[in-house]
Amino acid sequence: MTGSALSGIMPHLPALQVVVPLLSAPICFLLRRGLVSWAFATVISWAAFATALLLLQAVLTDGTIRYEIGGWAAPWGIEYVIDATNAIVLVIVAGIGAVVMPYARRSVAAEVPANQHSLYYTAYLLCLAGLLGVSITGDAFNVFVFLEITSLSSYILISAGAGMDRRALTAAYNYLVLGTVGATFFVIGVGLLYMVTGTLNIIDLSARVPALQDNRTIHVAFAFIVVGMGLKLALFPLHTWLPNAYTYAPSTSTAFLAATATKVSVYVLMRFLFVVFAPTYGFMALTLNYVLLPLALIAMVAATIAAIYQYNLKRLLAFSSVAQLGYMVLGIAYGSVQGLTATLLHLFNHALMKGALFLAVGCIMLRVGDVTMLGVRGLGRQMPWTMAAFVVGGLSLIGVPLTVGFISKWYLVTAALSDGRWPIAAVILASSLLAVIYVWKVVEAAYFKEPPAGRVVREAPLSMLVPTWILVLANVGFGINAEFTVDVAQTAAMGLLGIVP
Amino acid sequence: MTAIAELAMPISPGLIVILGGLLVPFLTAGIARVYVLLLSAATLVYVLGLPSGEHAAFTFMDLDLQLLRVDKLSTIFGTIFLIALFLGNLYAWHERDRMQRTAAQIYAGSAIAAAYVGDLVSLFVFWELTAIASVFLIWAAGTDRSFRAGMRYLIIQVGSGVILLAGVLFHVHETGSITFGHIGLGSIGGTLILLAFGIKCAFPLLHNWLQDSYPEATVTGTVILSAFTTKLAVYALARSYAGTEMLIWIGATMTAFPIFYAVIENDLRRVLAYSLNNQLGFMVVGVGIGTELALNGTAAHAFSHILYKALLFMSIGAVLFRTGTCKGSELGGLYKTMPWTTGFCIVGAASISAFPLFSGFISKSMILSAAGEEGHFITWAILLFASAGVFHHSGIKVPFFAFFAHDSGRRPKEAPWNMLLAMAVTAGLCIGIGIWPEPLYAMLPFPVDYVPYTAVHVITQLQLLLFAALAFTFLMRTGLYPPELRSTNLDIDWIYRRALPAIIRGLGSGIGVVWDSLIGGGRMLVSATIDGAARNFGPYGLIGRTVRVGNGVAWVATLLLVTLLIAYSAG
Repeated sequence: MTGSALSGIMPHLPALQVVVPLLSAPICFLLRRGLVSWAFATVISWAAFATALLLLQAVLTDGTIRYEIGGWAAPWGIEYVIDATNAIVLVIVAGIGAVVMPYARRSVAAEVPANQHSLYYTAYLLCLAGLLGVSITGDAFNVFVFLEITSLSSYILISAGAGMDRRALTAAYNYLVLGTVGATFFVIGVGLLYMVTGTLNIIDLSARVPALQDNRTIHVAFAFIVVGMGLKLALFPLHTWLPNAYTYAPSTSTAFLAATATKVSVYVLMRFLFVVFAPTYGFMALTLNYVLLPLALIAMVAATIAAIYQYNLKRLLAFSSVAQLGYMVLGIAYGSVQGLTATLLHLFNHALMKGALFLAVGCIMLRVGDVTMLGVRGLGRQMPWTMAAFVVGGLSLIGVPLTVGFISKWYLVTAALSDGRWPIAAVILASSLLAVIYVWKVVEAAYFKEPPAGRVVREAPLSMLVPTWILVLANVGFGINAEFTVDVAQTAAMGLLGIVP
Repeated sequence: MTAIAELAMPISPGLIVILGGLLVPFLTAGIARVYVLLLSAATLVYVLGLPSGEHAAFTFMDLDLQLLRVDKLSTIFGTIFLIALFLGNLYAWHERDRMQRTAAQIYAGSAIAAAYVGDLVSLFVFWELTAIASVFLIWAAGTDRSFRAGMRYLIIQVGSGVILLAGVLFHVHETGSITFGHIGLGSIGGTLILLAFGIKCAFPLLHNWLQDSYPEATVTGTVILSAFTTKLAVYALARSYAGTEMLIWIGATMTAFPIFYAVIENDLRRVLAYSLNNQLGFMVVGVGIGTELALNGTAAHAFSHILYKALLFMSIGAVLFRTGTCKGSELGGLYKTMPWTTGFCIVGAASISAFPLFSGFISKSMILSAAGEEGHFITWAILLFASAGVFHHSGIKVPFFAFFAHDSGRRPKEAPWNMLLAMAVTAGLCIGIGIWPEPLYAMLPFPVDYVPYTAVHVITQLQLLLFAALAFTFLMRTGLYPPELRSTNLDIDWIYRRALPAIIRGLGSGIGVVWDSLIGGGRMLVSATIDGAARNFGPYGLIGRTVRVGNGVAWVATLLLVTLLIAYSAG
């Protein structure tokens, strides 16, 4: 009975992946009561995670899935296309969403006014639906629609921090303006593509663009899409919306968005660069080499140095995110299988690290209420589990062996060396070395400084520690046994470049 | 033996110590002190029973890693590391600090594990682990100075690891192999790896971290530190760069130049740190010569060096522990109340000075003979000079200033029993090896047909020592103690009386000035960089501050323009 029900659902998993969280959002709003909304959103996000895992398994065994929404065939209807690349992105998004939800109850209760709770979880479900939609869809305009759903809901998720710090409002507003510019650029690019090709389906686009690669309209479309997505993924120097947004948002929002939102934008950029366009085009090769590559390198170093000087832990991690996104763009800029493998690996690995780190910071926020260098003083003894989680996350960020960070760095460096670009390898290693400093700053304050006199702090509650440690252990687990992630990333990278294994 | 052989996969002794060390934080100090002694002793027994060959191989991310390669070279280093750890633990018996005890085990364990690995990637892992674990021994002193020194130490040590990793990547790229065997110069990878080893081995101009950090560690921490990091580097050099001629010159420089600093240095632990540097030079020369005799000499010298250097640090540590200072100018006359410590210090001093019948003699003479046999006469002469120098500052100066010289009026108690016992065992080993070197010779990597006690060796060495002693006495009488100068009856020409000390001082301060300006210039450059970075990257700097929406949009427009132009130019 259940078996047949499941097999009846299976073919429609791609639709359910998006539709379930999307339709749950209004229900969540109608539930009104904060706790009920939370429980509902938790169940939905775990269901989304299960769906994503099933989809990944299906893709890995049977290859690409194409699903026509409502039975309308591709040129007219919207098509969902799932291959190894976006299957892993779906798993990241839904997985982080699922892990964050149990954590959210205590954290949101402490940081968001009680009358906004059900609104908050509604926005969260919308954001989840939007991110999943962007990842899963095979239609360029549909990407824009889901991107807007994501953006609008994430403005709410960020401004919900206004109860703690009014600056959340300006941060959200700043993000709104820039995010809208980014999305508009993207849709302008898509519109120009539609103008010359007459299709919005990504697979059709990839078939028609090659014939038009000398067309000026295509070049302009390309520039708009690269810059628009560059802004959404916080490519240096278009990252200016990110530090404040991450700093003043509630901890749950920060952990969720930092681990997922920029990653999805990286994915979209890869999908357009390597599927719709191709690195063999003259203008694309130039852009990769003279725009994306230098900006990625600058981001890796400049944002890391900026992180060293930050006083607020969330801001520190935000700048570190800008640097880490530099690593991902670097892999893209190589334009090779090794480079894309490294990017995809880091996409996954960085979600684990930053998720764990921001969750640990959220624990500090709950108990101490102050996430500056002053606030973490002496926490090594007062909140041992939280700080231990932070340390492991930090080691992973640096790229210490036995953590996922090492795997990422290894593949990035190997990719650089295989093209003979050893100065780039040196920059990667130097920026990792700089990361030691900002992680160390926190360790020093937490373990070697005395806590402020008279402050009594308890360890964070289990409902928050367990999700944090799940991500911490994932950092170590996937760091020791990287076979699975490397295999998927390699398959995905070859898929993006159209190489048949 | 058979029991171990039956195990499918024997575990690396280093991992035993590391994993065992991880338990220490959960034990009370009373149990932990016994536990770490048993742990190091049991691992030592285990090491001696390990069957030679390659074990514990596994594949990780397409890399063939190998955690346990047992041959004579790894065994002799593993053995002496464990002996040093045991003695260090005994010396630190009274210590109640859990962090130090844990850090010491993990640090030593990583060094031991590194001595047994068979591939470069595992080497890198343990290489970094020694850096990270050992810095806690420096920080444990709890002073601001020690914190800063520890930070500098950590940056340099981790930097060495990063360079090693870069070198390994190049090496893999060039050769396709990650085996930790002979590498040699002649490729980028080989050069980078040598640089990484050289930093840890305190090559000239890369050495400053050693004198900077070791003297800032705790009393027990310095004893532990002195044994592992640099000797691990010597081991790695012997493994990968035997016969690299450049090392002969590097090593010869290392033996000679610290002497000038050691002579003018007042902090006795720092004097010992300089002489540590000088002794490493002998080992590096041995590696550079690369013959069987030279490599045997390097291994034997590392073995005896770890013991007598630990003994010297232990005795000065005991003084520091009882009096709170180890400055030569504030000490003196301690032999009255610390007779045992004095005696052990003299044994250590005699060993480092290579007196016949002490351990330094039977190992150092092997390296000297190897240099002579291969026709490196300039090197041989420098080493001879350095031997005299080391006798001068470590052999005479350290015990003399601490325990004799002017009576400082201090009457500290004798060192605690555990320190005395640790020193007694170490001193016993120093003498034992000196008198009966055959068991050590049997452990060396190559068959030994070397006889240390020939008339020529003994007489050369005694002559050298006598003249060095004479020089010291002479300087004492003439230059270093001006008040005594007035009462001296020596009817020696004033030129010699004034000129020799002046030359020595001039040489010392001349080098000092150059060095200080180099370091000072470097420091200014570093702080200017840091200040500049703080201005531009700090929370209110160009990069770090909150950026207004308008400026953000301006960046978007700029980047769009650039991308459009590039696309346009390509089309």
